[in-house]
Amino acid sequence: MWTIVKQIVRTGILTEPAPAQDDALHLQADRIQREILDVLGQALTVRQVDAGSCNGCELEIHALNNPYYNLEGLGIRFVASPRHADLLLVTGPVSRHMEEALRRTYGATPEPRLVVAVGDCGCSGGIFGESYASCGQVANVIPVDVAVPGCPPPPLEILRGILTAVRRGRTSAFGNGSIATTG
Amino acid sequence: MSMLVPLPTPLPIRHGVVDREGWLAVARDVLDSGGRLVSLWGSQRPSGAVACAAYAFSVEGTLAWIELPLAAGDGYPDLAGLFPAAARMQRATMDLLGIAAAAALDARPWLDHGLWPLQWRALRDHAAPPGATAELPSDYPFVRVKGDGVHEIAVGPVHAGIIEPGHFRFSVVGEKVLRLEQHLGYVHKGIERRFTELAPHDAYRLAGRVSGDSTVAYAWAYCMALESAVGCEAPPRASWLRALMLERERVANHLGDLGALGNDAALGFGLAQFSRLREDWQRLSFDAFGHRLMMDCIVPGGVAVDPDRSLLDGLSRQCAAIEVELLTLRAVYDEHAGLQDRFIATGVVAPKLAAQLGLTGLAGRASGQAWDLRCNPSHPPYDQLDVTMATHRNGDVAARVAVRFDEAMESLRLIRAICAELPEGAVRDDLELPAREAVGAGWIEGWRGEVFVALELTADGRIRRCHCHDPSWQNWPVLEHAVIGNIVPDFPLINKSFNLSYSGHDL
Repeated sequence: MWTIVKQIVRTGILTEPAPAQDDALHLQADRIQREILDVLGQALTVRQVDAGSCNGCELEIHALNNPYYNLEGLGIRFVASPRHADLLLVTGPVSRHMEEALRRTYGATPEPRLVVAVGDCGCSGGIFGESYASCGQVANVIPVDVAVPGCPPPPLEILRGILTAVRRGRTSAFGNGSIATTG
Repeated sequence: MSMLVPLPTPLPIRHGVVDREGWLAVARDVLDSGGRLVSLWGSQRPSGAVACAAYAFSVEGTLAWIELPLAAGDGYPDLAGLFPAAARMQRATMDLLGIAAAAALDARPWLDHGLWPLQWRALRDHAAPPGATAELPSDYPFVRVKGDGVHEIAVGPVHAGIIEPGHFRFSVVGEKVLRLEQHLGYVHKGIERRFTELAPHDAYRLAGRVSGDSTVAYAWAYCMALESAVGCEAPPRASWLRALMLERERVANHLGDLGALGNDAALGFGLAQFSRLREDWQRLSFDAFGHRLMMDCIVPGGVAVDPDRSLLDGLSRQCAAIEVELLTLRAVYDEHAGLQDRFIATGVVAPKLAAQLGLTGLAGRASGQAWDLRCNPSHPPYDQLDVTMATHRNGDVAARVAVRFDEAMESLRLIRAICAELPEGAVRDDLELPAREAVGAGWIEGWRGEVFVALELTADGRIRRCHCHDPSWQNWPVLEHAVIGNIVPDFPLINKSFNLSYSGHDL
């Protein structure tokens, strides 16, 4: 027990420090939190769906949960059911075998649902393209609000994609310009 | 085995053709001498289909790639009776190529979910699939368990976490698992057909995306296969840098898994600690190699990046720092009564069962299967680094955790040794494709286990066939055994302790 406490104290708080002018990363994080609070007035819940990825994107989405990015501290949380989700984070070229599962997951997500496609494959089909086994980009199967390129995109880019989707979601859900922008 | 021809690879790999009797004789010979089946696949040649198998021999550590030419409509002798791991590979070969194992017990489709045109085979028929296909996947005939109080729990394909998709069907009484049956293939995205559309010099990028967590292992295995087909070897500095990246990939994955395993046993502290170490690790990978996962850094003929001395020193310093942290965290894990209670005697695969089923790689070593390509047969640069293999005999979650700690520590030592002894020189040679048909093979000990690539080139320099084999093929069926008799809530922990690839398996 003491070893654990000692290790926690020794590690300290790693979450990248309070807004500083030379720290672009944290300025981003701070703004994201305010944006989400403005739009939803609550935490943002995310359901991740691997629709055919090579699992590279999953590694970077996992990294979003590490103490450096402290996603939960920003009010963003991954949930286990699409019925609890505000936003779907979809990776991969959509494999033919996941096409129906992705459609049903989308159908089970309550409105106003947002969709962020993550990675080159999600954006365009990537190196796998379209074939007998691949439907290509996520937008070929369900409507996509924001596509985040990269192979895989680093965690901060994924976070940026979520923010962008939340902004667009506000525009469509509440009418253009009806809520003051804060970013 | 004298009819086999050695391929020019850094590891001893031989290749040859057998007849039907030879096909079974080799399999029995391998089994009797304590060897193992590495992979089973097929290929469509202009002269007809061939069935292929790759075996590793235990003593010499050589790999034999044998093939059996088939007359049209012919099957090949079933190997699942000798090597249970062959069963799913045979079913996949039927789905993709239309060649069957004769009289196999399980002839259900495996990768084919009933959405592809009937009788159209992705690796046999060059033309694109004809017309429209079915809208919905067909029902999979799971084996049903009957009896008082038995019920089924269906999980997936979309899982409740940041995990790849697949379907698990549990038959349980109360919380006790009587049977688990997997249904995979959901992330099948046509990788092996896609290979045939890419130029050999470019296809390393596709190989690096077979399973993102093993991008270095696959890229190296593919490049080794191409280099052996061409008949050249990467320069010494390149092979040392490849090993440097492979060990960094191993450490990254072990750090991630060790954190997730703590978390799955309700020690959130473990996840927080290990995930920060992994983030430090990936950030330095980006600084040194330009990519957080080191994708596309291994290229045909060598490597695409050559970190300078100051970056190499930085990598060494990070190893020293992480080693201290690992020792502290290992003591925490070892002394945590709650954690050990969850880890010990959970998800047991005894060494005997592991040997029968062909459990391989990291999970195999945790069940007494002492195979590691870095030690035997070894190859440059590992033959100069005196790698210590990590093994355990208990075969439970605790053993798989222990092997990860041991291997991570050994990799930290190896990385420092590589940084210190890295030879000078070029890091990339030009490859010229031969103006003839050629085959090549690559065989690499990735963090999960052995990755194998068998490559065939046509005389006009195209890829006729590129077969990629992930160790998950062997280990997924063993997971079904590991979970028997455990309770359902322990499944995530047991599953994570194997951490198998869906994408690498489904292709």
